[in-house]
Amino acid sequence: MTNVIETRGLVKRYGDLTAVDHVDISVPQGTFFGLLGPNGAGKTTTLEIIEGIRQPDEGEALIFGEKVWPRNRALLPRIGVQLQASAFFERLTVEEQLRCFAELYGVPLARIDAMLDMVGLQEKRTVRTEDLSGGQKQRLSIACSLIHDPEVVFLDEPTAALDPQARRNLWDVLRAINAEGRTVILTTHYMDEAEILCDQIAIIDRGKILTTDSPRNLITGLGAAYRILLSEDALAEAEAERLPGVESAALSNGTLALTTYDPSPVLTALAERDALQGLQVTSATLEDVFLTLTGREYRA
Amino acid sequence: MNGFGALARAQWVGFWRDKQNWFWLMAFPLMFLVLFGFLFRDAGASKSTLTQIGSVAVIDQLPAEAKAQFNDLFEVTKTTDAAAALEEVRKGDIDAAVEQRGNEVILHYSQADQVTAATVRGTLSAFVDGANVAVSGQPPTFTLDATAVEDESLKPIQFIAPGLLGWAVAMGATFNAAMPFVTWRTNKLLRRIRLAPIRTEALVASRLLVSVAVALIQMVVFLAVGVTLFDLQLSGSWWMAIPLLLCATLAFMAIGLIAGAVSKTAEAASGIVNVIILPMAFLSGSFIPLDQAPSWLQSISRVLPLGQLNEGLLDTMVRGEGPSSALLPMAILLGFALVFGLIAARLFRWED
Repeated sequence: MTNVIETRGLVKRYGDLTAVDHVDISVPQGTFFGLLGPNGAGKTTTLEIIEGIRQPDEGEALIFGEKVWPRNRALLPRIGVQLQASAFFERLTVEEQLRCFAELYGVPLARIDAMLDMVGLQEKRTVRTEDLSGGQKQRLSIACSLIHDPEVVFLDEPTAALDPQARRNLWDVLRAINAEGRTVILTTHYMDEAEILCDQIAIIDRGKILTTDSPRNLITGLGAAYRILLSEDALAEAEAERLPGVESAALSNGTLALTTYDPSPVLTALAERDALQGLQVTSATLEDVFLTLTGREYRA
Repeated sequence: MNGFGALARAQWVGFWRDKQNWFWLMAFPLMFLVLFGFLFRDAGASKSTLTQIGSVAVIDQLPAEAKAQFNDLFEVTKTTDAAAALEEVRKGDIDAAVEQRGNEVILHYSQADQVTAATVRGTLSAFVDGANVAVSGQPPTFTLDATAVEDESLKPIQFIAPGLLGWAVAMGATFNAAMPFVTWRTNKLLRRIRLAPIRTEALVASRLLVSVAVALIQMVVFLAVGVTLFDLQLSGSWWMAIPLLLCATLAFMAIGLIAGAVSKTAEAASGIVNVIILPMAFLSGSFIPLDQAPSWLQSISRVLPLGQLNEGLLDTMVRGEGPSSALLPMAILLGFALVFGLIAARLFRWED
């Protein structure tokens, strides 16, 4: 598989602070790639260097094998960038914004309708952008970054400051973008978002990439135990402890918690005893991954 | 040019929909025009007041044409009370009183105001001489046809309108360049535009087009108000104001770009622009004509872009000088545009 994006030893310093510290990233075609890290980890700076907006102090970033710095106008129609802030022309309606960007990229105006449908802003087309809600602005901003049908899409914290409903709406849009075959690079400080959306996650902290893998591999790679939760009347604590594969069992607050490294036989045994009342199975999360990698709690 | 049209339209629509723009760049300068226009409405028509005591044949029997001319120059009141009329002259309420005894025309004037007295004396004696020539039955051998170098109807509006228009255009072009670039840098629109495959020139050119359009609208509105409300008379080559305004827009846009580049916030940019434009407007005679100003002030005015614009506008719009009189101010304005433009290009920043 060819890599759409390659960075080699990116470094960006601001005074004494090394915001980006020798970052190497490879993103294969069609991947939904997430840069995950707490605020101030260097996600945005890394992204901006790859987009060709910021000049790295060292190293280089390539998209489709072409250098992104200095400003490479041949590359620009192939990439779409959604910015954190709502960067719109003042006092223009939703439709007019899209029209302007369509013309800047020289694409047919029919794209406007397609974009409005995609982000669900058809009925807002004559509304000025100043009057949109935060979620609507975010969706319009994504529409503007996709108007020219780019092959690579950069999204910088697209769901920051959105309410849960708006976040879920946006996730659907983002999945659709990726499903159409585009390579998507997303920065986020939400663990759940990265886990749900991304094929590949690079965990970044203090300017350094700590690890890159699929969310599943990152989590199973920890070798962490699963927790199986049952309501207390499902099974006696002593009996639970004797089930095959169970490491330990503990009862607290009306919930019986079993710990196991091999959940299948445990769940089978529970099913045979008809003891699945209140069943929940949890595994390690990306937060555990972060904790393991940095020795620190993850604070978004 | 790729993206030029889209950017120009987006900016124009954004400008058009902002009521603040229309207030500050159109209504506000027009308020000054209307205010000054009414204040100085009659100041230019400097008729002398003349009281006629009893019947004065020389005046009363003037031929119709001469009579009309006479009435243009004198505001005549008639009285039979000689003593009262002389008292009024003494107090300065009227400029002079005239009476005729037989063939002798007597003019009473006050030495307190010698300039007015001399004017009245000179003018009246011209009419008396004219009457003498007419009585002789001979056509006059020599005639003097004196015309002012300025348009004959030289009223204050002739000076007020071009000066205020210059100020309005300077303000518009400077603000229009400074504000968007600061705002767009702050809200990252500039970055978004930079990510589109367009040339930087398209962005600057589209801004210029919008500013030129605004300047031309300002000109049309100013002239329309001046002509309809205040009887502004435009002289032959007034249309040269269009290329003049174009050159001026370039120069002031460059100044605005500098102000925008050095400002972090829109408020700061607005402050800087005001600090530049307002004093310049005073020094360049936008509010007060500089014809009677001390020569050092006139020299300062000549090295200011707005001074050049005002001078060019006055020359072509009211002084009746030929189209070529605008060429020097235009060249100087283009020089300013070039120098400030280079500085602006040096200082320009896409990002904070």
